[in-house]
Amino acid sequence: MTKATSAHTEPKLERRSVVRTLLAERGQLLVIAGLGAPAWDATETGDHPLNFPLWGGMGGAAAMGLGLALAQPDRRVLVLTGDGELLMGLGSLATIGVQRPRNLALVVLDNEHYGETGMQPSHTKFGVDLAASAVACGFPAASVVTTMQQVTALREDVHRAAGPLFAQIKIAADKLALVLPPRDGTHLKNRFREALLGSDAHFRR
Amino acid sequence: MPTQTAVPHWSQDLHALLRQQRVRQVSFVPDAGHTALIRLCESDTDMRAVRLTTEEEGIALAVGAWLGGDKSVLLMQSSGVGNCINMLSMLSVCQIPLTMLVTMRGDWAEFNPWQVPMGRAAKAVLEEMGVLVYRADREEDILPVAEGALRLAYNTLRPTAMLIGQRLLGAKTFDQ
Repeated sequence: MTKATSAHTEPKLERRSVVRTLLAERGQLLVIAGLGAPAWDATETGDHPLNFPLWGGMGGAAAMGLGLALAQPDRRVLVLTGDGELLMGLGSLATIGVQRPRNLALVVLDNEHYGETGMQPSHTKFGVDLAASAVACGFPAASVVTTMQQVTALREDVHRAAGPLFAQIKIAADKLALVLPPRDGTHLKNRFREALLGSDAHFRR
Repeated sequence: MPTQTAVPHWSQDLHALLRQQRVRQVSFVPDAGHTALIRLCESDTDMRAVRLTTEEEGIALAVGAWLGGDKSVLLMQSSGVGNCINMLSMLSVCQIPLTMLVTMRGDWAEFNPWQVPMGRAAKAVLEEMGVLVYRADREEDILPVAEGALRLAYNTLRPTAMLIGQRLLGAKTFDQ
């Protein structure tokens, strides 16, 4: 399998416009943003207490979203991550496919490259099909998104559709200015839990 | 020597402890020593048993669970400790509680030479990554050691592990 899937000619989507559209009118949406550019993209849209941007734990974003979705079945959970990050934890597709949380959406910003380490091509550049992998692992549906109209429709699904939902958004491999979220993991954790669970978050054991 | 097919009392004790401590998510990569506990957790409607493809998913799952207010435990064999190393960073950086219940291989009377390196390294690896490690080598130790590990984790917001010794579990012999 060596044929690149990026051969089509229409311009690819710009990642920050995609994320701004996805997170518009986010309401009470809980967001895990995977290591690297997705964390910067989510922060560029607006730092938010219900964002949990990852500075490490590569490969863990999807499983983290699963743990959160199982703990909060009445809230919608969006995992926003990159192709390289998901590839490192591809088995978590199978784990999610078995649990089938209805409130979880896994959205991959696929630029077909490892953007933070020097833009080396990733497996998706060579035809590895993440959306098909999600379906094969038991996700009821998975889409490949290539237009902004589809991104707007996806936002509706993130808030309302029965999950687990998988979408792979084809984006340009741009290296954009860093927009860094807070770095202190305890701060990120505490503000997230307090925004979600109330002040009780610091008392429950 | 106990056999691996009998339902040990301590599995029932551990399940009762997890219930009493209101543990809601139990993730696992199976090991023979955890068979009975996994079955008990799977049939408990107050718990969610989550089968993993690799142990590091369980670390990430625990972070998400705790963000959402759920306590969790992770069950694995000692060989799985090595799979968790980088992901364990998140627990210490974010001060996230988790108790790992680890059944030992490469320990007492091990049959398989390939199990020895990771079994030998499991405790040191966990400790290097900031996990407080306790051992249970006698059946009567399991419940108090597990309770201590669980209470300490969730009272002081840090990861803990209980290593369950192979002498207690019974060494796998492949009928040799």
